[in-house]
Amino acid sequence: MKLELVRVLDDDGNVVHAEREPQFAPAELRKIYETMLLVRLLDERLLRLQRQGRIGFYLTATGEEATHVGPTCALRGSDWIYSSYREIGAALYRGYPLRVLLCQLFGNAEDPVKGRQMPVHHSVRNLNFVSISSPVGTQIPQAVGTAMAARMTGRDDVALTYFGEGGSSTGAFHIGCNFAAVRKAPVIFVCRNNGWAISVPRSVQTAAPTFAQKAIAYGMPGILVDGNDALALAWVTREAVARARKGDGPTLIEARTYRRGPHSSSDDPSVYRDPAEPREWESHDPILRFRKYLANKGHWTDADETAFRGAFDRDYALALAEAEAVAPKPALGTLFDDVFAQRPWHLAEQAVELESHLRKWRAPDA
Amino acid sequence: MPTVSYREALNQAMAEEMEGDPNVFLMGEEVGYYNGAYKVSQGLLARFGEKRVIDTPIAEGGFVGVGIGAAMVGLRPIIELMTWNFSLVAADQIINNAAKIRQMSGGQFTLPVVFRGPGGSAHQLAAQHSQSTEAFWTHVPGLKVVMPSTPKDAKGLLKSCIRDNNPIVFIEGEVLYGDQGEIPEGEYTIPIGVGEIKRVGTDVTIIGWSKMAKVALETATLLAEQGISAEVVDPRTLRPLDEELIVSSVKKTGRCVILEEGWPYNGVGAEIAYRVARLCFDDLDHPVERLTGNDLPMPYNRKLEHHCVPDAERAAELVRKVLYLD
Repeated sequence: MKLELVRVLDDDGNVVHAEREPQFAPAELRKIYETMLLVRLLDERLLRLQRQGRIGFYLTATGEEATHVGPTCALRGSDWIYSSYREIGAALYRGYPLRVLLCQLFGNAEDPVKGRQMPVHHSVRNLNFVSISSPVGTQIPQAVGTAMAARMTGRDDVALTYFGEGGSSTGAFHIGCNFAAVRKAPVIFVCRNNGWAISVPRSVQTAAPTFAQKAIAYGMPGILVDGNDALALAWVTREAVARARKGDGPTLIEARTYRRGPHSSSDDPSVYRDPAEPREWESHDPILRFRKYLANKGHWTDADETAFRGAFDRDYALALAEAEAVAPKPALGTLFDDVFAQRPWHLAEQAVELESHLRKWRAPDA
Repeated sequence: MPTVSYREALNQAMAEEMEGDPNVFLMGEEVGYYNGAYKVSQGLLARFGEKRVIDTPIAEGGFVGVGIGAAMVGLRPIIELMTWNFSLVAADQIINNAAKIRQMSGGQFTLPVVFRGPGGSAHQLAAQHSQSTEAFWTHVPGLKVVMPSTPKDAKGLLKSCIRDNNPIVFIEGEVLYGDQGEIPEGEYTIPIGVGEIKRVGTDVTIIGWSKMAKVALETATLLAEQGISAEVVDPRTLRPLDEELIVSSVKKTGRCVILEEGWPYNGVGAEIAYRVARLCFDDLDHPVERLTGNDLPMPYNRKLEHHCVPDAERAAELVRKVLYLD
């Protein structure tokens, strides 16, 4: 079967399907661009931070920035996002502050998750951005539950969940899609097909020509979209959201893109793939394409670009300095918090034991 | 006081809590039109409708995950597992997500969700349908594990669990559903983490939960005929454990026998035995003893199965041993 690859822009930022062009206000268009660029610039700096040994782990999204922002910009703030570990642009688009992001990477005293999670596992409840889990795919049925909860409580909010094409091989993907379709849950499944699951190529994940076509078996629409085209992503997501809000159920969107960098800071792709492959994808860059589109519309100039990059350099330097000045360790007493809603007696006992041991043998802030 | 079955007691608990809080709903395989594989949800669909009593596709990993997603945004799901034997495909959701999301999110998300269903062996259901899974769940920080043995406890504890703001593993005794017992008139709850002395005695403490609390009581009756006074302690909640109650009983009797239906290796009884050994060291007149299921997958054959489940005769023999009578 042949699915059309939905596009709005070509690689040079020309509109090739004007009827699909979302009519965003200039400020909105600039925000989409700026968020994608922010992800790119941050990734460069933060991977360097990891290489310097200042953070333990990092995960870049070079070349996939449109998949973060395109779907998210089609949502309302009250809609829920269940992201995997490679869609930080979704949280940034909603206003996740740089300084807080950095505190999470350091796991320091002002890390909102209190030094408990690996870097990039953000949790931003006030932005309806759900705590990121490491196990692949577990967020998929959870998003279905959140979507069902919205309907049960009479709200027309939707849930959008991201996962990679590797995640589509999990049982959780099948279960989530099937459940959502049966129950007409207002969910948007965004499969970020970036070609590689660590070292496993897309051809080993599925024998199907597309991931989008899997939707047919579940009884929901499946859309194949150019994952490097933020406008096409926004357009297909907007359609999916409208269906979901009306009560017409879920949609599976395959965003076809490419992971130009390593899986994570712990990975070296040169040992398993031809370096010509990522280079080839540079010509399909989502940010460059969007910049040309913006410039053609008269909403972005070279001066804007220079100003934005300059502001980023200053903001980043300031946020980094502030985050590194924060006490490196969350208060010891927090270690036993949040395991249960109230601290049970046995954890209270462990806290006392640890404190008395440290009082006896260590400096107070050990 | 009205007399009801264990099954009806659970049903009343759910119905009352659903009546009292519109955020409570029930979801699982066959819970709606079929009224539950064990009829625990009898009549709830008719009373509360399809929006709050939800039949699901056969996928524990799915409806457990869906329940987690609903709980994270403020609902209070009761997720029925047809049996805890089938919960293992949902272990990723229960252990990696439900038990950790509050802690991993720095307390941003809370998970008021009850996972409930029957556990333990019934009759000739063999290796994959007869497991006692409580040792798995009690191992995990972030989960509370509750196992009532009587209709009164079942109702009072389930109501407390539905109101609790933590993920709860609520394991019902598959062979207890038909048991009759008195329950208090009207509204009542029983706190999580509080055990109960089911029979007062002086010579030995027998500890058992769920079906094993019943076996402990039968053992005490047998022993009474032999002039031995056994105290029966039912912890009712395995995590958090009512250590104080267990310790005060053992300090009084000086002897402790633990009955556990599950496997011996790293069983819940092993944890209790450690606590008793540590906290009652000077009061014990005999090392703590355990009677457990055999360390093997449950056989189907009726007579073989019988040898794998602790019973009152064998428990009484063990008690005589700790009293140095044999």
